[in-house]
Amino acid sequence: MTRFFAAIAMIMTAFSAQANNVTTYTLDNGMEVVVIEDNRAPVVTHMLWYKIGSADEPVGASGVAHFLEHLLFKGTDVLEPGEFSATVAANGGTDNAFTSYDYTAYFQRVASDRLELMMQMESNRMNNLRITASDVETERQVVLEERNQRTENSPNALAREQFRAALFQNHRYGVPIIGWKHEMEQLDLQDALDFYDLYYSPNNAILVVAGDVKPDEVLALAETYYGVIPAETQLPARERPEEPPQRAERRITYVDQRVSQPYLVRSYLAPERDPGAQTEAAALVYLAELLGGSPFTSALGQALQFDTQTAIYTNASYGGASLDDTTFDFAIVPSEGVSLSEAEAAMDEVIDAFMEGAIDPERLDSIRAQLRASEIYALDNIDGLARRYGAALTQSLTVADVQAWPQVLQSVTEQDIKDVATKVLNRDQAVTGWVVANQEEAR
Amino acid sequence: MLRLTIALCLTLFGTVARAEINIQEVTSPGGINAWVVEEPSIPFIALEIRFRGGATLDLPGKRGATNLMTALLEEGSGDMSAQEFQTELERLATSFSFRAFDDTLSISARFLTENKEESIALLRQALTNPRFDQTALDRVRAQIISGIASDAKDPNSIAGAVFDAAAFGDHPYGSAIDGTVESVTGLTQQDMFDAHRNALSRDRLYVSVVGDTTTQTVGELLDGLLGDLPETGPALPEYVDFGLAGGVTVVDFETPQSVALFGHKGLKRDDEDFFAAFILNHILGAGGFESRLMTEVREKRGLTYGIRTFLVPKFHAEMMLGSVASGNDTIAEAIDVTRNEWARMANEGVTEQELAVAKTFLTGAYPLRFDGNAEIAKIMVGMQMVDLSPDYVVNRNDFVEAVTLEEINRVAAELLQPDDLHFVVVGQPAGLESTQ
Repeated sequence: MTRFFAAIAMIMTAFSAQANNVTTYTLDNGMEVVVIEDNRAPVVTHMLWYKIGSADEPVGASGVAHFLEHLLFKGTDVLEPGEFSATVAANGGTDNAFTSYDYTAYFQRVASDRLELMMQMESNRMNNLRITASDVETERQVVLEERNQRTENSPNALAREQFRAALFQNHRYGVPIIGWKHEMEQLDLQDALDFYDLYYSPNNAILVVAGDVKPDEVLALAETYYGVIPAETQLPARERPEEPPQRAERRITYVDQRVSQPYLVRSYLAPERDPGAQTEAAALVYLAELLGGSPFTSALGQALQFDTQTAIYTNASYGGASLDDTTFDFAIVPSEGVSLSEAEAAMDEVIDAFMEGAIDPERLDSIRAQLRASEIYALDNIDGLARRYGAALTQSLTVADVQAWPQVLQSVTEQDIKDVATKVLNRDQAVTGWVVANQEEAR
Repeated sequence: MLRLTIALCLTLFGTVARAEINIQEVTSPGGINAWVVEEPSIPFIALEIRFRGGATLDLPGKRGATNLMTALLEEGSGDMSAQEFQTELERLATSFSFRAFDDTLSISARFLTENKEESIALLRQALTNPRFDQTALDRVRAQIISGIASDAKDPNSIAGAVFDAAAFGDHPYGSAIDGTVESVTGLTQQDMFDAHRNALSRDRLYVSVVGDTTTQTVGELLDGLLGDLPETGPALPEYVDFGLAGGVTVVDFETPQSVALFGHKGLKRDDEDFFAAFILNHILGAGGFESRLMTEVREKRGLTYGIRTFLVPKFHAEMMLGSVASGNDTIAEAIDVTRNEWARMANEGVTEQELAVAKTFLTGAYPLRFDGNAEIAKIMVGMQMVDLSPDYVVNRNDFVEAVTLEEINRVAAELLQPDDLHFVVVGQPAGLESTQ
């Protein structure tokens, strides 16, 4: 009994320590600032997140958000092309950027006493980009090669594109982040600049600084470098097309001779974490674990990989971090000699049995314990914490939501899980995809 | 008797940052050595274990045995089936990762302080008393065979397999550690016990621990955890020469982008020119956006998303490798530019300024690596495997700083041999054919 008590006390300490280490400010121009203090190593991660991603792109210009991300490494009024990264490297740091459906983010990881230089350069490229037509030509080739590498050379990635395009009937989550190839080929300087001028603004940005820093010093630097940039008065409200009621199951077979092994996936439309309302999302985290988390203990793993040899791989997954509706996904790789239709039927049997049966309380306790521990392990990775806050704040969540999330997860009940499963696991709102090397395998 | 060497409080001075790290060495009464960093601020522990040898210890005709055996360590041990074992790990929120590589068997563990005893007991059971149940063997074998089939249709894996086979032939480095469908299909339970006996022995063991524990505690638990393993393992393979001459091998594969893996022989980790070569490689192709190859192939010409080079000092062979991917119409040009840059650096060397910039980056970035329990544990176990002492973390930047322009340019001329470069290209590259 005593030991149990001690364990709880320790975990509470870890939680409150985390909350205490996070400080937030809002600058007068509307820019949000989040500081996460961790003094274990003399390192800082400086991240600037823009609340603009591929799902905000104008029709016909898919890929422009990501293309612009590449162009930000070209010159500004005071930085030569490539000088930004070269300067970071010359200070012993590394830098890069990434684009997703809901955000575009730039980051540097350097010795903490170099933070000011990073802010100076990052704030400079918020408004002062100087791109030439030849930069655009070369960099368009680079992003097309990136698409080649990530997508065109990968049958799995091409299949995923097809499935997402079918799942989202109205929302831009159905368009690939990197862009459709034929639209990427047409992206020009003006497309990129239009996007840049409007959306790269302090009132559309979140600064996250994590590491060996003092919050008040970060705030002072942020005021100096970002605080002087005027807010964009024309910044439009972030309104996106919503999904209509989805009324019919969709089924797709993707055939590509480079597929080595037939498999199937099913994606259901699912709710995301919403401000002040994260319970459904938390219940979906449990649902994914229970149905297809660990192959050894989940319902699908046990039934298809242990009790029978129907599959060599099973998985269910859910990522609740999203601005709009997200997905709940299954994947099954059948065993040798098992057809896709047999594997799919076996998967649906497991799902049906789960809906009808009770949930083992020991499994729930085990998942709760793992989620609690994952918060402790997360403290070891300061970059991961920075990303957690940055992504959430671009996806309409607040710092309070991020900090409440572990507790919301701990409070999930069996009823919450059953309720959300009934709502989400509706095949009228789902795409089932088969991926095969030839038509003969599609049976 | 537990032997604790005096705590070395090491301050790593980078060009711009300094990190302090307190590495302690401890030797258990049974003679097992470990490096420990006490870091009580987060209530968990990261443990890294390595055994030298890895998949090179596969017995003749048993290619893939070490890999399959390693994958089975989490699939049941002692009186627990695979599912019972994993249920326990999940209940404790403990994670173990068992991986086989060419020269190494690697174990990473992470557990909460409050679950330390139970976690160590489970790890001990997995390492010293695995069951290799036939059902688990068959299940995991099917997964590995599926992976082999998938590699056979993946351009990068095809390039690696063709390159390794041509460079190393019958030596274990010449084939994938997964084995072939045929060799894996033939593996038995007895093969698993043999591989286990061979790959986990105390004479090739390296341990590091970072987290919420003490050096004393680690010293006391080492014998219980690892003391039952055999004292010695079988002979390691012979040294093998890099056997691939300069040229081009095209592997026809229908896909829009060709991938190229290229390289020639390299140099040993303990070679006195290693640091010069390390900086040289950084300037040529390992330094991200700043490298010459990224500048020429990507930034100036838009021929690729990424090109990179690597120094690969394995235990029984050395290579210098690179990789690039480009559309079928442009890969020939990307290769031309790469070859020219290789020759230019061999002939003209690097500039004083390039050397200075590379040193600033490499010395500045070094302390930034030590930024988490798991990271530090991995760095420490890696250092032990290549025979470095704890004070290397302090001296390492001095080794980098000591490289002179004259030295690096001599090494450039010796190491970089553009005519020796062999490119394995998988795709349908226009204007490229295999050389004889």
